Amino acid sequence: MAWNWHRPLEAKGVTFTVLTLLTILVGGLVELVPPYFLQGTIDPIDGVKPYTALELEGRDLYIREGCNNCHSQMIRPFKAETDRYGPFTMPGEGIYDRPFLYGSRRTGPDLSRVGGKYPDSWHWIHFRNPREIEPRSIMPPYAFMMESPLDLSLTKKKLEVLHDLGHDYDEAQIQNAAEDARAQAERVAASLRKDGKALSDAEAHSETIALIAYIQRLGTDIRWREAAAGAGGGLGR
Amino acid sequence: MPSPAVTRSEYDMSVVRGFAISALVWGVVGMTVGLLAAVQLAAPAFNLSPYLSFGRIRPLHTNAVIFGFTLGTVFASSYYGVQRLCRVRMFSDTLSRINLWGWNAVIVAAAVSLLLGKSTSKEYAELEWPIDIAITVVWVVYAINFFGTIARRREKGMYVAIWFWIATILSIALLHIFNSLERPVSWMKSYSIYAGLYDANIQWWYGHNAVGFLLTTPILGMMYYFLPKQAGRPIFSHRLSIVHFWSLIFLYMWAGPHHLIYSPLPDWTQTLATGFSVMLILPSWGGMLNGLLTLRGAWDKLRTDPILKLFAVGITFYGMSTFEGPMMAVKTVNSLSHFTNWTIGHVHSGALGWVALTCFGALYYMIPRLWHTQLYSQRLAELHFWIATLGLVTYVTSMWVSGITQGLMWRAVNPDGSLAYTFIESVAAIHIYDWIRAAGGVLFLSGALLMFYNVVMTIRQGSAGVPEGLPAGAVPVAGGR
Repeated sequence: MAWNWHRPLEAKGVTFTVLTLLTILVGGLVELVPPYFLQGTIDPIDGVKPYTALELEGRDLYIREGCNNCHSQMIRPFKAETDRYGPFTMPGEGIYDRPFLYGSRRTGPDLSRVGGKYPDSWHWIHFRNPREIEPRSIMPPYAFMMESPLDLSLTKKKLEVLHDLGHDYDEAQIQNAAEDARAQAERVAASLRKDGKALSDAEAHSETIALIAYIQRLGTDIRWREAAAGAGGGLGR
Repeated sequence: MPSPAVTRSEYDMSVVRGFAISALVWGVVGMTVGLLAAVQLAAPAFNLSPYLSFGRIRPLHTNAVIFGFTLGTVFASSYYGVQRLCRVRMFSDTLSRINLWGWNAVIVAAAVSLLLGKSTSKEYAELEWPIDIAITVVWVVYAINFFGTIARRREKGMYVAIWFWIATILSIALLHIFNSLERPVSWMKSYSIYAGLYDANIQWWYGHNAVGFLLTTPILGMMYYFLPKQAGRPIFSHRLSIVHFWSLIFLYMWAGPHHLIYSPLPDWTQTLATGFSVMLILPSWGGMLNGLLTLRGAWDKLRTDPILKLFAVGITFYGMSTFEGPMMAVKTVNSLSHFTNWTIGHVHSGALGWVALTCFGALYYMIPRLWHTQLYSQRLAELHFWIATLGLVTYVTSMWVSGITQGLMWRAVNPDGSLAYTFIESVAAIHIYDWIRAAGGVLFLSGALLMFYNVVMTIRQGSAGVPEGLPAGAVPVAGGR
C-alpha cells in the first residue's frame, strides 16, 4: 500500500525539513525576484513626484483610519473602470507609495484619481458626515478629526527616512518640512473659507486639512482631467 | 523496535491547556468584533469614532480570529500532537511558557495598537515594527521547541501531521520576515522598504500564503491528527498524503499574484499565478479526499458524534473553497469578482467553514482529555454544530449574491455605452445582504458562545492534574456518547 521509498525520508528530520524549505522557496523566488529588476515595474513616470509634507501626513492619517479597508486605489484596464474612475493604474505611479494602498475591496469607490474631482469644501462636509452629501452612504463620519490638531512633530523625520529610501526630497524640503506643511495647510484653509466655511483656528490646523490635501493630490501627477476636459469628455461618475 | 512507552502524564499538557483557553477567548472576541464590523456596514451609526470605526475594527477582527483564535488552536493542537507522535515531552517547558505568554502578549499588543490606529495597512500584517519583532522572537522560540522535540523523538518515522506543521513553521517565518521589512520613523510608525507595485507583489505573496500556511497546512495537520483518532480509522492513503503534501507546499507559493490580476504587475506573473492556482485544485482535493475517505466505514458515527460532524463539514468546505479560489483566479471570473463581496464570501467559506469548524472539532477533542473528564454536554456541542453551519451558509450565500450584484452593476452599460449605475446605487443594492450577513454572524457567534459555556462547564467538572487513585497512564478517555 505505502510507497516505501518515502519512508526513509520520514525518519530523517533534518533532511525532510531542508527539502520542505527548498520546495517552498521556488515559487516565491520566481514570482518575486525577476519583477524587482524588470524595466517598467518600478520605473518613474514624468510628473510623478513625492508627496509634500502635508500630503504625506494626510496619507499617514488615511492609513491610521484604515481607509484602505474600504477604498481601493487601483483602476483596472476595463472601459467600465476607466469611464468611472479615470485612466488605469500604471506601474511607475506607485514609486513614492510606502506602503502601497491598492486595497482589496471596494466598499466605497476607488480613490486613486479622485484628486480635483470635488472642491475642498465638498470633502470638508463629507468627512464631517458623509450622509450630508449622500444619504445612502455607509461611510463612517470623521468629525473628530476636525477637532484633532495636526501633529507635525515627526514630519521632518518622516521625510528623512523616505529620503534614505530613495524619495527625492532636497535638503531644504527636509529642513522646512513642518513649515511647508503649515503653509500648505493655510492654503487649504483659505480655499475652504473662500467656499464659505467659517473655520475656527483649531479646525484650520486640524488633521482633516492634511487628509484633504492628500485626497486632492491623488492621481493628479498624471494631468488626465485637463486632457479629458480639453477633449470635451465628461469623465468620472 | 518500539521504544519504551511514555505515560501520558510525562507530556507537558499545561501549554496545550493555556493555548486552548486563549484560542477560545480570542475566538469569541474576534467573532464579536467581526459581528460589529458587519453591523457597521449595514448601519453606519454603529461606527463609534475614533476607536470603534470600521477602518480600525476590521483589522482587529482579522488579527484576532487569525492570530488569536486560529493560530492559538494551531499551537494547542501541534503541542498536543507532536508530543504523542514523537512519544517524548516537549524539548523545553521554558520555551513552551515563553511561547504561550509571549504569543498572548502579542495579541493584546495587537488589539490595543490597532484600536489606536497604529497600522501599517498591509492586510493581515497591519502590526507595527516592534510587534513584528516580538512575533519573530516568539515564532523562533516555537520553532526551536518544535524541532528540538522532533530531534529527541522516540518514534522513528514522522507522521504526516508533523510534515504539515514543519511546512507551517518554515513558511510563516519566511513570509512574515520578508513582508514586514520596514524602516522605523518612531516606535509605532514605519515605512515599508518596498514601494508601490513591488510592495503589492510582496504583500500578496505574503497574504496568499498566510492563507496557505496558516489557514491550510496547520489545519490539515489537525485533520491528520484528530480525524483518524476520532473516527477510529487509519488515514485512507499514505501515498495520497505524500503526493498532496509535496505538491501543495510547492504550488501554493506561486499563486500570490492572483490577488493582483489586471494590476500593473507584469502580465507573466499574473498568468503564472492563475496557472498555479488552477493546479492547486489537485493537491487541495487530494487532502479533502484523504480526509473524507478516512471516514469510510465510520460514516454511521456522524449520526451521534458532533466532533466528526464538525470535521466532515469542515473538510467539505475545504473542498468547496479550494475549488472556488482557483476559479476566482481565472482572469475572466476575477474581472467580475475582484473588489466585491464575493471575495469576502470566499474567504469566509474557508475561514468559517474549513478553519473554524476544524478548530472547534480539535478543541472539543482535546479539552475533555486535557482536564481528564467528559465533555459537559454533547447536546450543546451538537447544537453548536448546527447553528454554526446554518450561520456560515447564511453568511457565504449572502456575500455571493451581494458580490455578483456589485460586479454586474459596476460593469453594466446603457445602450449608448455610458455607465448604467452610479457607485452609490451599487451600495444601496447590496444593503439587504449586509443585514443577512450580520444575521449569519449572529448565528456563528452564538454557536461559539455555546461552546465557550460548554468548555467552562467541562473544565469546572474536570481537573488539570491526573485524578487521584488512577495510575498515571490510565486516563479516562473522554468524548464518548
